[in-house]
Amino acid sequence: MTSVMDQTSSPAPVPSNELLEDLVGVSGRRRTKNAVMTGLMFASVAIIAIVLGFVLVTVISKGWGIVHTKFPHWFTDDIPPTARRVGPGMKAAIVGTIVTTLTATVIAVPLGIAGAVYLNEYGKRNVFARLLRFLTGVMAGVPSIVMGLFIYVFWVLPRHQEGLTGLAGAFALACLMLPIVVRATEEMLKLVPQNLRDASYALGATRSRTTLTVVIPKASAGIISGCLLAVARASGETAPLIFTVSVGASAVHKTNWNVFSGPNTALSLQIYANAKETLASAQDRGWGAALTLIALAFLFTLVARVMSARLSKKTQ
Amino acid sequence: MTLTINDLKSKKQYADKSFSVIVLLGGTTILVILAVIAYTITNRSTDAFRIAGFKFFTGQKFVPNGTPPALGILKYIFGTALTSLIAIVLAVPISLGLALYTTQVAPQWLKKPLVALTDLVAVVPSVVFGLWGIIYLAPKITTLYKHISDLCDGVPVLGSIFGKVGSGRSFMTAGLILAVMITPIITSIAREVIETCPQTDRDGALALGATRWEMITGAVMPHSIGGIVGAIMLGLGRAMGETIAVALVIGSSAAITSNLFSSGDSLPAVIALQWGEANATAKSALIAMGLTLFVMTLVVNFAATAIVTRSTKRMQGAA
Amino acid sequence: MTETLAIQTPHVGHASEPSAASGSAPQHSVVFDVRDLVVHYGAFTAVREVDLKIHPNEITAFIGPSGCGKSTVLRCFNRMNDTIKGARVEGTVNYRGVDLYGANVSATQVRKHVGMVFQKPNPVPKSIYENVAYGPRLAGLRNKGELDAIVEASLRGAALWDDVKDRLKSSALGLSGGQQQRLCIGRALAVQPDVILMDEPCSALDPIATARIEDLMQELKAKNTIIIVTHSMQQAARVSDRTAFFTTEVNEANDRRTGVLVEYDRTDRMFANPSDARTEAYVTGRFG
Repeated sequence: MTSVMDQTSSPAPVPSNELLEDLVGVSGRRRTKNAVMTGLMFASVAIIAIVLGFVLVTVISKGWGIVHTKFPHWFTDDIPPTARRVGPGMKAAIVGTIVTTLTATVIAVPLGIAGAVYLNEYGKRNVFARLLRFLTGVMAGVPSIVMGLFIYVFWVLPRHQEGLTGLAGAFALACLMLPIVVRATEEMLKLVPQNLRDASYALGATRSRTTLTVVIPKASAGIISGCLLAVARASGETAPLIFTVSVGASAVHKTNWNVFSGPNTALSLQIYANAKETLASAQDRGWGAALTLIALAFLFTLVARVMSARLSKKTQ
Repeated sequence: MTLTINDLKSKKQYADKSFSVIVLLGGTTILVILAVIAYTITNRSTDAFRIAGFKFFTGQKFVPNGTPPALGILKYIFGTALTSLIAIVLAVPISLGLALYTTQVAPQWLKKPLVALTDLVAVVPSVVFGLWGIIYLAPKITTLYKHISDLCDGVPVLGSIFGKVGSGRSFMTAGLILAVMITPIITSIAREVIETCPQTDRDGALALGATRWEMITGAVMPHSIGGIVGAIMLGLGRAMGETIAVALVIGSSAAITSNLFSSGDSLPAVIALQWGEANATAKSALIAMGLTLFVMTLVVNFAATAIVTRSTKRMQGAA
Repeated sequence: MTETLAIQTPHVGHASEPSAASGSAPQHSVVFDVRDLVVHYGAFTAVREVDLKIHPNEITAFIGPSGCGKSTVLRCFNRMNDTIKGARVEGTVNYRGVDLYGANVSATQVRKHVGMVFQKPNPVPKSIYENVAYGPRLAGLRNKGELDAIVEASLRGAALWDDVKDRLKSSALGLSGGQQQRLCIGRALAVQPDVILMDEPCSALDPIATARIEDLMQELKAKNTIIIVTHSMQQAARVSDRTAFFTTEVNEANDRRTGVLVEYDRTDRMFANPSDARTEAYVTGRFG
């Protein structure tokens, strides 16, 4: 501090009273408004937390009983054929949800990734790519029940009763997943720096080779995370399955591992069917199915989150 | 050794070409599926439209197995519009509160848990909300409805909006459940939009002596309003299309009434509920309802896109 | 010694802030009196032990290499550091006799007296008129006629009125960068501040727009006190009456950099005859 100004020579200035008063506070009305609004913002956090807490606590407390009594029968027994019968058995629906969702994933993920690769690596800003991007938005907005109707009309109807299979349900779910996968993948591909591609081209790699060996691996964690979120969403869907996997939501009780033939069921369908019942025995199975479905969806989401967290750590 | 033109020609040209065709086909599936959806659904709807004509949209009676069949879906359109409206009215302030609290108020350590909270709500399948709504919420909330109804009894307007209470399965309950379901959608988009508001813009307002709330209304909102309206429209589209949760809690007795506590029905709910016992004419009519719903959500989503695009342009100064 | 050389300013008759200064003018030969100022961001000390006085109706420039804490110190004068999470301020910043960080002093009120213009022009995506009227509206002014008058006066003050008087209702984002920055100055003037802080106001602008802002600063000096952070020594030399030179000191132990005030003096003396070797190195371009 070589030539900092002399501190002691000048007397401390005395503030005018007006200034002092003016600096002390914002007008009460404005301060109150700020406080009230902050309070309301916090209230919305509280409301949503309380509602979620209520739903989760109800599902867990009502569903836990049937899932864990006579364990592991909930997971190994078929669904009781009549609503009146008390007790567990949800294997048919658990299997149904897993096979239809898995099949839907097998259909939607490769198509979606291919579509996203086209949009980000090939089409870019050309007219067709822009049209497809727009249509992806449109498709994401199609109500899930319309997807169900579409698969019914397009696939089930021409095949009559034989059309009602896990595969038909998987088609409907795949239609829902497709735009989600495309969007998530394109976002991830966008994040891959251009110089990585240039480096690969400079080594004489073709565009396809660059995409497959450089771009997609670089974005893989994000792509998988996006796909898992789509799977989580699809596994909980009910409306697309109502018309496609069986006649009526409660028609199937027996486990059917075969997606290609025979009607099937799903956890969501069982929840829907049992929610309409007034019998406690049926409602219990509904809560149990809800708990199982939520656990499944949370699991997918958790894995997706962990993957994207790893990804963001890696790129930092 | 001399370089010939053949050395510069790619030997992998065939593989490269076919890969580009594969990804192009992947992209084209979306176009194809949407086209097929539009075609098949429209095709199957023609029976219903031929029988009912324009009355399909204006008729209030829906008796598909009558002679002659009556195919009027106005009551269902009303139910869809009303429940979505309730959902939006309830969800918008809560979503904005959540998004603003997370981005502007919450301390750093709380942000991630708050985002996770919103995402958790989004993960809960709609049928679970439906189950909770029909078995748990609907019977319990009637008491609250009755209180509100008694309070508003005799008051003009309010008296007719908060009228006689039935079973608890009503427009209002459906709207409540929908509000919870669309809150994470609106919140997450709104949060992303708000976070793009640059610190310098917020500093600008604060430097003029704005309180935090004044900074939010003066700098954050003008910046984000287009995106937020878009988020709300997307939430609206989702609320209109939601089927199962609404089917379970709306009460399934079609009505056009100002009473929010009355039972009603909505387009997707009636499709799901009547499908099982539908004859050929009824199926055609239900598919035509699906088409109507499809068009309604399309309009809403187009409007959302248009609003967002316009506001982005405006933000870039092309006013 | 610098005290004696201080320009005898005609003094503080702040037309802009009658409540602030009237009656006690002679005591306020100093606008800001900073003592032992230390700013921490979390565990990191951004700048330490700053002592300086800002004189009324002068332009004071803060110069120094990046990371030297000049912007950090600037943001203490209107308590903008409050908006940064983890920021902590020690020492005193006296504004016309009031400790800005004292109990009961409201940061929002301080900012009405001490306006700020930022590096990047930051008008809100609303009309030109709305941007300028924003501050007065916050203060509760609703009268259309008065608002119109303030908007015109502020835009004239910011040398922007003639450019925009026919399109007050069009979007502020349609203006050029230089115009936007002048709009931001106008927006700051609309709340009739005593002091205007400028944080590298010209770094995003071309030379012509920069020259206009610099001319404007000279005009504003009549009524306001200006503190400008600039990365351009030429700009400091052109516009300022006094200059404070900051630099960074590296802590060998943890390789952390902390800003310190090296020298504070009248600009002509600082550039012609710096008393510290580090200042000399910087102003002659051998460092930084």
